[in-house]
Amino acid sequence: MRSASEHDKVEGFPVHFALNLVLVSSESRSKVLLAMARSTSKDAQALLHSFRSAYAATPTNLKIIDLYVGFAVFTALIQIAYIAIVGSFPFNAFLSGLLSCIGTAVLAVCLRIQVNRENKEFKDLPPERAFADFVLCNLVLHLVIMNFLG
Amino acid sequence: MVGKAEPVNGSVKSGSNQSIPATMQSPLKKSDLIPNLSLKTLKLKTKQQELLIRVSILCLVYVLAFITRLFSVLRYESMIHEFDPYFNYRTTLFLTEKGFYEFWNWFDSESWYPLGRIIGGTLYPGLMVTAAIIYWLLRFLRFAIHIREVCVLTAPFFASNTTLVAYFFGKEVWDSGAGLVAAALIAICPGYISRSVAGSYDNEGVAIFALLLTFYLFVKAVNTGSLAWALASAFAYFYMVSAWGGYVFIINLIPLYVLVLLITGRYSMRLYVAYNSMYVLGMLLAMQIRFVGFQHVQSGEHMAAMGVFFLLQVFFFLDWVKHLLSDTKLFQAFLRITVTTAIGVGAIALGVGMASGYISPWTGRFYSLLDPTYAKDHIPIIASVSEHQPTAWSSFMFDFHILLFLFPAGLYFCFKRLSDATIFIVMYGLTSMYFAGVMVRLILVATPAVCLISAIAVSATIKNLTLVARAKSKVTQTGSVRGSSSSKGSSKASLDQSQPFQRNGAIALLLGAFYLLSKYATHCTWVTSEAYSSPSIVLAARGAHGNRVIFDDYREAYFWLRKNTPPDAKVMSWWDYGYQITAMGNRTVIVDNNTWNNTHIATVGRAMSSYEDEAYEIMRSLDVDYVLVVFGGVTGYSSDDINKFLWMVRIGGGVFPVIKEPDYLVNGEYRVDKGAAPKMLNCLMYKLSYYRFGELTTEYGKPPGYDRARGVEIGNKDIKLEYLEEAFTTSNWIVRIYKVKPPNNRWERTMFHIYLGTVLRYHFQAMFHS
Repeated sequence: MRSASEHDKVEGFPVHFALNLVLVSSESRSKVLLAMARSTSKDAQALLHSFRSAYAATPTNLKIIDLYVGFAVFTALIQIAYIAIVGSFPFNAFLSGLLSCIGTAVLAVCLRIQVNRENKEFKDLPPERAFADFVLCNLVLHLVIMNFLG
Repeated sequence: MVGKAEPVNGSVKSGSNQSIPATMQSPLKKSDLIPNLSLKTLKLKTKQQELLIRVSILCLVYVLAFITRLFSVLRYESMIHEFDPYFNYRTTLFLTEKGFYEFWNWFDSESWYPLGRIIGGTLYPGLMVTAAIIYWLLRFLRFAIHIREVCVLTAPFFASNTTLVAYFFGKEVWDSGAGLVAAALIAICPGYISRSVAGSYDNEGVAIFALLLTFYLFVKAVNTGSLAWALASAFAYFYMVSAWGGYVFIINLIPLYVLVLLITGRYSMRLYVAYNSMYVLGMLLAMQIRFVGFQHVQSGEHMAAMGVFFLLQVFFFLDWVKHLLSDTKLFQAFLRITVTTAIGVGAIALGVGMASGYISPWTGRFYSLLDPTYAKDHIPIIASVSEHQPTAWSSFMFDFHILLFLFPAGLYFCFKRLSDATIFIVMYGLTSMYFAGVMVRLILVATPAVCLISAIAVSATIKNLTLVARAKSKVTQTGSVRGSSSSKGSSKASLDQSQPFQRNGAIALLLGAFYLLSKYATHCTWVTSEAYSSPSIVLAARGAHGNRVIFDDYREAYFWLRKNTPPDAKVMSWWDYGYQITAMGNRTVIVDNNTWNNTHIATVGRAMSSYEDEAYEIMRSLDVDYVLVVFGGVTGYSSDDINKFLWMVRIGGGVFPVIKEPDYLVNGEYRVDKGAAPKMLNCLMYKLSYYRFGELTTEYGKPPGYDRARGVEIGNKDIKLEYLEEAFTTSNWIVRIYKVKPPNNRWERTMFHIYLGTVLRYHFQAMFHS
């Protein structure tokens, strides 16, 4: 529905935006920042709305994997908050806990990539094979974690 | 009928005599069929023929890689070479005798007296565990083999395995032809042979196999995007970390490769799967090795990998959001926020980490690779190791021969056909060649890359040439089929005329390539035989009549130590010989090749460079019982302690400013003759090396005390030792052992005087009364 010129305007490599922030002089930079802050809050709301509507369209099995990833990351954050309060004395225990969370999150994301039917590269990969790889890697991960816990 | 049966039987290869009655009944039919049958039994389909050729080539290359490394075993005996392998041998022996638990928790009080060394926590166990597993496997199969034989032959065995991995890697990067050439090249390349001959029982023998395996499995994972291959590469990385400290190269090259792929826009989901799973699993597995510990999260050398890990998460998250959102304008806004926050948080975390010292900066060993002048000024002990010197052009030519100019040709071919795998091999080749230029020892790391890239050049060139050489027959066929007087016919005719030149040129070039490769093989065998097959612990020379003379002085001296000194004796020597003394002499040493404590080594260096009385104080403080020096003046052996003496002065002077290097030099020149500095002529090292040497005539026509290694007559021939006495000198004066005298007994002297007094009084009395 939009005209062609507006689409052409927003092409370009994203780094240019950050560079523009740096190159502009300080006075005008503060003005630009204020204007940008106002626009970004409006943008953020619109962004969240469109993001939510787009996400609702994903299949259920992928949503389950996303939930699992979110849970793993949440557990990792809890552990980081814990060491910020209490300290990281048995460092190997802390590392093994944190890395098990991050490891399962990463492996679950890999599984999601391989199972997602929209990815052209993994078209030939049967989802059972992807799941078997996922289980094997998790097994190895947790065995090493148990050895590392001390 | 009988006459006909004979040729029938002769032509059938798998002769079964039961077929004779059948053939006699219908000779005409069978005799027609059987020649065809015999051809058919031999004639395999093209694919099978190709498979047969490939398998036989690989088998031959496997055997070749093993046997070309056996020169020193054939010439001398099956023994461990050099210095470092003796430590590895001693630890492997301990592992097989006491078991893995004792080995993992071993505290050794026989080295670095009085400090001791936590061996279980300060070594890379991969090599020892590998040799122990092979030993236990052979024992299980009831081969009663000694662990020393297994240790000696581990490196050639793994070199053979490396050729197989090189074949698969070449096949992955280019095609199977390049893989075969790569396997053949790496089997005999002197750069690899130098550290993996039979007897060189050192970490690199196993580590290069692990390195190439990790790289191959990672490239396979990136190409297929499979979690299973990424897991395999994580295991290979774990093996590499357990084997050698050079794993830092892997953990920096792979993130650099990922970064290059991201920047050039060749990224894909497969890259995400491969790198992330390999990084997390590999890092966890690597931290199980005690020596590596928590370095993967705390050391500056490993931060690149972590940085790329986080970058990948951000990058692909943004990619996914972009894919979800249909509105690009909103996405740009979101992008702006996320990128600035991510960069800000990352920079703050890195800054805080480095400033607070939590993330340690690059250690001297690896920093000196980036800044080659750093070690000479700041850490002389790293600069003094002979393998850490910068590489000369002659070393490159010596170790690589024709591969040196096939390498740029291979780079050209790789750039012509860019893919994920060829980008990786190009990066590996360029970074490893840079490091090979900085340090001689790292030519070893560059060798697989150079062999692979050269193999690509060789394979692609020869393929093109053979295509041209075989193309003529096809063109003449089509020419004859088309025939007629059209313009196509005339152009074909003109092609026919130029074909002979192209074909002859291709054949000439093929012959040239064949000649080059055969020269390469000759050169490699010559280099292996002449330069890289000496055990270093046994020296050989040509006698006056051309006969071979063997100097086995080192082992003679260590055996003397083992049999003629008390078991708790402590031996002081320069750190080069520490491992050999503990392994063969079985005595406690003060410093050894691990060089982990610079102050302790500097104390020994100070003792060697001081006058005898000062040195005696230092030796008493360290409980030294014996001093061992290596002297090459009688045999002309040039790697002796007098030639290493300036390093002792420099290292000692680095910690104790009382030792000044100019005191030992005359006009900046290092001399041992009459014109030498007085401190040099009276220091402990000089006295111990040249004690009683002034009376010895070493060469016909030269004065006594002529030092054959320096080529001068020594300055101070009249040496008297006050606090040490000579205990043993080997048959060719190469190793000299001195005993440190205990302090004089004050009580003994008094008793002696009393005894003398009574004897004299008795004689006087006898004289007066008689």
